[in-house]
Amino acid sequence: MTQIAEQLDCQELVELVTDYLEGALPPDDLARFEAHLVPCDGCRTYLEQIRTTIELSGRLTPEQLDPAAEAALLGAFRDWKSR
Amino acid sequence: MEQALQLEEMRLVEALRAGDERVFEQLVRMYQGTLLRVAQMYVSSRSVAEEVVQETWLAVLSGIDRFEGRSSLKTWIFRILANRAKTRAEREGRTIPFSSLGDSEPAVEPDRFDRGHWASLPADWPEARLLGDETLQVIDAAIESLPPTQRTVITLRDVQGWSAEEVRNVLELSETNQRVLLHRARSKVRGALEEYLAEDA
Repeated sequence: MTQIAEQLDCQELVELVTDYLEGALPPDDLARFEAHLVPCDGCRTYLEQIRTTIELSGRLTPEQLDPAAEAALLGAFRDWKSR
Repeated sequence: MEQALQLEEMRLVEALRAGDERVFEQLVRMYQGTLLRVAQMYVSSRSVAEEVVQETWLAVLSGIDRFEGRSSLKTWIFRILANRAKTRAEREGRTIPFSSLGDSEPAVEPDRFDRGHWASLPADWPEARLLGDETLQVIDAAIESLPPTQRTVITLRDVQGWSAEEVRNVLELSETNQRVLLHRARSKVRGALEEYLAEDA
């Protein structure tokens, strides 16, 4: 990551959100990140929105297998089983 | 927890070796959609991706006797897929993604800031609309429209709940690249949500 000046500004903070959530920020940067959040409503909202985005993404349901493909696979399984 | 998972997984493996069709079906249902998505990151078309996934399942069956449990069954299956998809992509003359992350992409449009600070604060998201069905469709569409590598990483991490390590192992990504791809993907999906929620209901 790029060198971070003494104090983070908002534009820098939004680029560090993933590193922060991944626990990948070095201690100094982590301290600056958290110090910035305390008084900054905008960045707290932003971080919360990223968390919401992650949470909602987890509610998506995976694509369903089409029945023809599933039947073909089960056919292949039976062939394999009777090998 | 880890041990319990391993036990459960070894039971699946034993059942598969013994020819338990229901266990195979369960695995197929569990991983098929995700396998397809990962395959599509490497190869050009949906139909080639489907072929690669089909081949992967056959390879899983013919190799299950040799599965030693040193990785998780999931990682093993997805490694088989990734190797096959990569071989296929090379034959198609396609370059493997990840070689370069390209130019930096800002998480938030620069014009949202004034000398580094929010020009106008991000608006609170209205809870009622956020929890509507349409919101999930917006997220789904936003993920679909991402570049393939970002789409794959966010699907595995946030939709499927994989760990960073699992994603790195399967896609052979460095820690940094995994994070950069995830960061870009999440930032864009947030942006799409913001845009949707700012529209008049």
